[in-house]
Amino acid sequence: MGSGFSLFPEQASTLAPRVDNLYFFIVAVTAFFAVLVSVLVIVFAWKYRTSDPLAVGEHIHGSIPLELGWSIIPFVVAVVIFGWAADVFFDLQRPPDQTIEIYSTAKRWMWKFQHVDGQSEINELHVPVGRAVKVMFTSEDVLHSMFFPSFRVKADAIPGRYSTVWFTATKIGEYHLFCAEYCGTNHSGMIGKVVVMEPAAYQSWLTGALGAGSISQRGEQLFNDLACNTCHLSDGQGRGPSLVNKFGSSEELTDGARVMVDEAYVRESILRPQAKLVAPYQPLMPTFQGLVSEENVMALVEYIKSLRSSGGGAARTGAPAPRAAAPETRENR
Amino acid sequence: MASIASPVTAPRVTYLNHEHGVASWLLTKDHKRIGLMYLVVVTFAFFLGGLFASMIRLELATPAGDLLSADTYNKMFTMHGVAMVFFVLIPAVPAILGNFVLPLMLGAKDVAFPKLNLLSWYIFVIGFLFTVYAMVAGGVDTGWTFYTPYSSRASNSNVMMTGIGVFITGFSSILTGLNFMVTIHRMRAPGLTWFRLPLFVWAVYATSLVQILGTPVIAITVLALAIERGLHFGIFDPALGGDPVLFQHMFWFYSHPAVYIMILPPMGAISEVIACFSRKSIFGYSFVAFSSLAIAIFGFLVWAHHMFVAGISVYSALVFSFLTYAVAIPSAVKTFNWTATMYKGAIWLKAPMIWAIAFLALFLIGGLTGLITAALGVDVHIHDTYFVVAHFHFIMVGGAIMGFFAGLHYWWPKITGRMYSDIWAKVAAIIVLAGFNLTFGPQFILGYLGMPRRYHVYPEEFQVLNVLSSAGASILAVGYLLVGIYLTASLFKGERAGPNPWRATGLEWTTQSPPLPHNFDVQPIVTQEAYEYTRRKITVS
Repeated sequence: MGSGFSLFPEQASTLAPRVDNLYFFIVAVTAFFAVLVSVLVIVFAWKYRTSDPLAVGEHIHGSIPLELGWSIIPFVVAVVIFGWAADVFFDLQRPPDQTIEIYSTAKRWMWKFQHVDGQSEINELHVPVGRAVKVMFTSEDVLHSMFFPSFRVKADAIPGRYSTVWFTATKIGEYHLFCAEYCGTNHSGMIGKVVVMEPAAYQSWLTGALGAGSISQRGEQLFNDLACNTCHLSDGQGRGPSLVNKFGSSEELTDGARVMVDEAYVRESILRPQAKLVAPYQPLMPTFQGLVSEENVMALVEYIKSLRSSGGGAARTGAPAPRAAAPETRENR
Repeated sequence: MASIASPVTAPRVTYLNHEHGVASWLLTKDHKRIGLMYLVVVTFAFFLGGLFASMIRLELATPAGDLLSADTYNKMFTMHGVAMVFFVLIPAVPAILGNFVLPLMLGAKDVAFPKLNLLSWYIFVIGFLFTVYAMVAGGVDTGWTFYTPYSSRASNSNVMMTGIGVFITGFSSILTGLNFMVTIHRMRAPGLTWFRLPLFVWAVYATSLVQILGTPVIAITVLALAIERGLHFGIFDPALGGDPVLFQHMFWFYSHPAVYIMILPPMGAISEVIACFSRKSIFGYSFVAFSSLAIAIFGFLVWAHHMFVAGISVYSALVFSFLTYAVAIPSAVKTFNWTATMYKGAIWLKAPMIWAIAFLALFLIGGLTGLITAALGVDVHIHDTYFVVAHFHFIMVGGAIMGFFAGLHYWWPKITGRMYSDIWAKVAAIIVLAGFNLTFGPQFILGYLGMPRRYHVYPEEFQVLNVLSSAGASILAVGYLLVGIYLTASLFKGERAGPNPWRATGLEWTTQSPPLPHNFDVQPIVTQEAYEYTRRKITVS
């Protein structure tokens, strides 16, 4: 980052070389066709030039084999590119099972990152080298887009939805973070950096930058403050369903459909509780739209994720299921 | 000039001199005069859009935001896009050249609905005036894409007024498309069967289809945006219960096909020019004709390739990527056919042919880099960067504008009855080609390096390439100004063109230049295919 003039971006993630190899392949294929056509046009224009306005060209009207050839060959080439690109795309879109999870909210004009253990930072993101990192984020106002050029990943931050990017950094250093979706006045100032560190250095950074408790602890506090705990009793006897062991499960809705309890569903259920109601509960829950910030919604999501008990029903009393410290990977669902 | 007829005299009665005065223009129903009236408005819009572009490139010559404020810069790229897309690229070839030559090519007296044609121009001008008012009265800063919820909730600029301008202008496009389509169906001269039509007519027909089917969707989209912005009725803003991605689907459902409104007619003009100056029938006539229709139809099925990182599902991304590769094939077919047309031709390197070859060079790069942006795994990285900016400028300027200039140089003698300086026209084409490549070539590299678009301030390591780009833009500006100068000069000093200075086939070349008010003295009858170049002198009716 800031390393002066260059013509090609650094490759600093496991996926970067894969994206670049695909890019080089397409550039080579397209350059071949560009050169082929250009050379033919120049050669023809030179070879068959005339200054006699009465001259006429040969009577050639076309050729079916040629037409088929230059339809089918480019099509086959296109399908190869398509397939390769789709393969890379799947890997860009699907994070591995074991990741470090980081929450982020975008708003004009800053990026806020929250590590699960409570450290939060603005326009800077510290990550360890060699470990898969998944950033889950949304926007509090307009569209933004989280773009790490050196990792070759990007996704729009969309208000009302969760997006993710994931990467495994391969090189220690500092790299650009850009907002890639136009968001108004200071769009080009909505930039930052990602700091890739040795795992040990990352570990000590984490402890050094400790915030006010983990995200799920903050979520638990909110869960009590917003009186969620009056209905969502852990023993299932409340007016709302127990939330223990709910995250990652599949629930039946009042209309008979099933829904996967993921981050987006939990968020939607907080902000628009009536949208997808779990059977057989009544639509009693008030909406928290406008009452909880996106950051706090994320804290609640993280708390609900942590409600994993091995049967007892003690979760609500405050002890989240034992969980490894942040730098340790943990299961993602 | 190399025209064959001995001393050419000016025709006595032409569409230009049979009536005089402002009213004879503003109330005309003559498709030729209406075409020229579009030329005037579009030229003005082109200067306006070019001015905004100059401000952008000047600002980006340094990494700091030192020339314009951030808000002003944001308005510059927005208004550049609005002016160029809606008031230059979309009307340039169909409304200017199409209006002028389509009825002539068909051997018709006028378009099917001459009054409607005049109305289309007025609607266009009214829409343009609203937009210009929005620009003068403070400007608009949403980007030409008007993405929600920024445009509906956050922007404090003249979104409504600009939206109204775009909304109104759309009707001009719809009515023109309708008019041309009916004209092509109903007004062809005896003997002018579908497969004897010049390929420009096929291209205009395919374009009309897109204009009629696509434009209502942008009208609905802009209307929905206005309802949300004005009445706070939630459609796109999630805070009001809407979906911002819905806006993108609706916007691109029109705006992607709109790219084909911009590029298909220039492709048609290129087919005319290459056939004429190769003195040969176009290679694979029916493949070129049907590729226009294929592009128009497939063009409606690829819109979400603008949204690969906008939260659409992985599987819909797959489908849209695949369809995007499918639409690339007919464009490739056209390019190969144009190249093959030159094979064993008798190539007369006059200015229109030089512009057409410059078109081929730039369109080739524009089209092929489309294969890169359509590749899912790469697009994630280059989406919303300068790579995309460079790609679509190669298509929309390198393709559409170069094609427009090729067509304009080809038909200029017919339109004005005068020849321009051939040598200056060639010099201008080469300057534009060089300036264009220097402007947009470095942007591919910038984009892959990761420089996002719409950045007022950028990291210092990107400066060298940005300076190259800005330098190229100034060369490009010189090239365009040169075109304006020698074409204007030709009106006063140009040699008389005579009816057919290029010895081209096509009915438009059988009448005098400038044409008669009603185009032809006698109803032309067509007895041969398009582009039947033979040594015998082409008859003039």
